[in-house]
Amino acid sequence: MSEALSFYFFGSIALLGGVNLLFCKNPVHGALFLVCSFLAIAGLFLGLNSGLLAAIQVMVYAGAIMVLFLFVILLLNLEVEPHQWMSPARVASALVAITTIGLVLQPFLFAPKPAVEAEPSLVVPPTAPNVAEVLFRQYALPFEVVSLLLLVSMVGAIHLARRPQRTEGV
Amino acid sequence: MNEPLWLTALKALGALGITLSMVPIMVLAERRVSAWIQYRIGPNRVGFAGSMQPLADLVKMLFKEEVRPRGVGSFLFTAAPAITAISAMVMTAVIPFGGTLVLGEHRIPLVVANVDIGILLVLAAGSIGVYGLTLGGWASNSKYSLLGGLRSSAQMISYELTLGLSLLGVLLVTASSHDFGTFNLHEIVVRQAEVGLTGWLIFKAPVAFVLFTISAFAETNRLPFDLPEAEPELVGGYHTEYSSLRFGLFFLGEYAAMFVASCVIVALFLGGWHLPFVTERAEVGVVGALQQLLVYFGKVGAFVFFFIHVRWTLPRFRYDQLMDLGWKLALPLALVNLLVTGGLVAFGIL
Repeated sequence: MSEALSFYFFGSIALLGGVNLLFCKNPVHGALFLVCSFLAIAGLFLGLNSGLLAAIQVMVYAGAIMVLFLFVILLLNLEVEPHQWMSPARVASALVAITTIGLVLQPFLFAPKPAVEAEPSLVVPPTAPNVAEVLFRQYALPFEVVSLLLLVSMVGAIHLARRPQRTEGV
Repeated sequence: MNEPLWLTALKALGALGITLSMVPIMVLAERRVSAWIQYRIGPNRVGFAGSMQPLADLVKMLFKEEVRPRGVGSFLFTAAPAITAISAMVMTAVIPFGGTLVLGEHRIPLVVANVDIGILLVLAAGSIGVYGLTLGGWASNSKYSLLGGLRSSAQMISYELTLGLSLLGVLLVTASSHDFGTFNLHEIVVRQAEVGLTGWLIFKAPVAFVLFTISAFAETNRLPFDLPEAEPELVGGYHTEYSSLRFGLFFLGEYAAMFVASCVIVALFLGGWHLPFVTERAEVGVVGALQQLLVYFGKVGAFVFFFIHVRWTLPRFRYDQLMDLGWKLALPLALVNLLVTGGLVAFGIL
């Protein structure tokens, strides 16, 4: 009962935060609604007995990434955007987004329910040692490949952001 | 883990009460110590030797006018100080104030939430606390406040990296003698005490201790890193436009964060509630628990004194010096420290 209650509580906050992000005009408020949404998702993780994921969610998304977003928004001093409701570009992008989400969700929405629920004793609790075991032993290679990918994108970003070097004698 | 709800509520109330009553004591200590350092007398009129001064300050703050400048959005302006104060107080939930108290058939660890993620919760709450300063600066609709808020977010992001990386070294060392590492602060203290004084992590991970302390100064916005509120340049920084109790909440949050940072450092590096050279039982009665609390707060008090002493000794950094120290010295050092610690642990030396 209390589990369902906490699920609906945090779930509705997460959804409300996301919807508000879409419809608010002030970029700072938008960022904060997204933070609310992330915090609520951390609450959902807690409801699933995964404190580790909840802490990481708060630390990485709400704490690090969104603070950087906010920093950039404040630094660029973005104005409140003027109200524009429908434009061809907006309609097109909305259609593309909805189609993509639909395609991603389609297998889950129409999948037949599994006949047998997973044995509770077989479910590994998501504690830090168990997560580490899976991440750093079982899937060590994919993990390293992903980190390499991040490194490459980071180097690329720094290269793009660098000013072109002045040539001598100019 | 399965405690009755009333017991957890009682412990939470206790931890909150301790934090809230430590703040006025620390404010008084700050004023007396600064007076002592500067060869002044300091507040000594209200109560015995000035002991009631914080109360008088609070009353003064309560009666001040609450000013809200024109063009300031009300919600975020009010919420910002609350975010700072709350995020600091949430951290007290995982601070282990003592060992395990045995009362009848109950075994009560003297920590509000004896959870697996302990230290991660401190980091997470700390990273939420940034919003308080940043939003306070933005919502004030003033350029000085905005600059202070920007500085605080940049500074805290930069030093959070060092904080986390130095912590990784510590966790590696605590993992070396057991099958698994742990994020649980209570467990980290217990593991340190297993081998006596040499097990204290300040001796096993000295570089991590130094880096963690430096980052803690930056995260709590204490001098020499109090750039977000640098008075000569920014009037009051992020809290320029705040008055009355709203300012009081920022003040409370800052001191509560300093208290919690001291608590975390004592638990991580200085053996928590253990005395050096004394072998203690893991489970104690009421008298033993009180003694442990006393030892713990003695150590925390000493570290708070260190915080205060540094503030009145060192001048403020320049902004570029702060960033240079964070990114070009502390961060690479933390990485090297992690590598060396990892090597030592892997070869079984530590």
